[in-house]
Amino acid sequence: MAIPTDTMQQQEVKLSREEIQRYSRHLIMPEVGMEGQLKLKRARVLTIGTGGLGAPLGLYLTAAGVGHLGLVDFDVVDASNLQRQVTFTTADVGKPKSEAAKARLSALNPAIEIVSYETRLTSENALDLFRDYDIIVDGTDNFPTRFLVNDACVLLGKPNVYGSIFRFEGQATVFGYPGGPCYRCLYPEPPPPGLVPSCAEGGVLGVLPGIVGSIQAMETIKLILGAGEPLVGRLLLFDALAMRFRELKLKKNPDCPMCGKNRTITKLIDYEEFCGIRGEEAPAMTDGIQEITATELKARQDRGDKLFILDVREPHEYQICNLNGKLIPLGELPRRVNELDSSVEMVVHCRSGKRSADAIHFLQTAGFKKLWNLKGGVLAWADEVDPRMPKY
Amino acid sequence: MAVKVLIPTPLRQFTGKQSSIECNAATVGEALGSLTGTFSELKKHLFTDEGKIRSFVNVYVNDEDIRFLDKENTRTKDGDTISIVPSIAGGSSARGTAAI
Repeated sequence: MAIPTDTMQQQEVKLSREEIQRYSRHLIMPEVGMEGQLKLKRARVLTIGTGGLGAPLGLYLTAAGVGHLGLVDFDVVDASNLQRQVTFTTADVGKPKSEAAKARLSALNPAIEIVSYETRLTSENALDLFRDYDIIVDGTDNFPTRFLVNDACVLLGKPNVYGSIFRFEGQATVFGYPGGPCYRCLYPEPPPPGLVPSCAEGGVLGVLPGIVGSIQAMETIKLILGAGEPLVGRLLLFDALAMRFRELKLKKNPDCPMCGKNRTITKLIDYEEFCGIRGEEAPAMTDGIQEITATELKARQDRGDKLFILDVREPHEYQICNLNGKLIPLGELPRRVNELDSSVEMVVHCRSGKRSADAIHFLQTAGFKKLWNLKGGVLAWADEVDPRMPKY
Repeated sequence: MAVKVLIPTPLRQFTGKQSSIECNAATVGEALGSLTGTFSELKKHLFTDEGKIRSFVNVYVNDEDIRFLDKENTRTKDGDTISIVPSIAGGSSARGTAAI
């Protein structure tokens, strides 16, 4: 069953001669046909995030002829996005993502009305933004926005086409479908920030968001058409390394605080506070830790000070760039701590300074005292001392 | 009962990179106990200090969520697959986040 909406029913819409030619491969399929193509043309879809998941989403929804597309993203295109965010070209680096995506998608299909919102989705603007759309597609990359998108969709009764990825694993489902579960039915609470892995565990295989974002695009189009079985009440898991799809049952939780019978959440809240963080990455725990800047470290090394450098990143990061330090990944530190000499002065570093702060906290409990955290990690070293060092 | 526990990507760093572990267990709780017994670092990622499964981690026997069965006491039979499914939030950023 299609998602009925006022906007979709009221407008009298027809296809032009050019549109009939463009969508002919849809039109000759009975599952789409003229009726389905007109549903697509009347549909209003809002995509949250124009990055890895948003790229295939935007491209396929635009190509398919979804008539009204909203793009929410506050970010700017970075060179490191191009490995997977296939909407963008090298020339887009430095441009606002929502604008660059709009230009690319308009070039693909000029007949589509595309609205870009260069803004961060917040509890203040979410309901107003969502209200004008039939379907919301969640392609964000952080827990606070996931919960915000879910709650706003439940409050407005709009379906939320969900996809998320981590390294080479993906999840997809449709939340907020009438009678179906919501994100909080699956995960009532976000993880505490301390357990969210640092940059070390990050990274994503470039093709993965292409696959998961395409699944979201397919589900969005199915919802508009009312075709097939929507991915409701089922959590699709994808493991790219094993190249295996699995499906788990996803039930509506009768005690869900958002969509259950006795709901306790009736309006949007402060999601960063709910997730226990401020900003994308929780700031490093710096209490009781001495910091040294890259510039100071270089000056001390140049003076001939004997400083032991401990690098707590992963071996593959060490290969990208390093400060000739001893490599013991943070996760291996507890069992390899005996390789270190607590009598020498030690500078601990990682990529940006967070993991090294965690390492120092651990080393302090193990009795080490002469410890410095390299402020800003190798990134700061590249900025302040050695501009030839690659940043990642 | 011989069961297979599937380890999600974010937790494989604690299982020596293994993606699945076979063990003998009559309940889900026993299987997870056996797992954290072998790989002690897993424990804090799966359980709270009070020993409850964390709310951002779901556990399934075959395709059923144990929250809607008998929770940790859900009985297992030979050949069952137990899946640990953490919340993951990545979508765009190269430094995406996972719950565990």
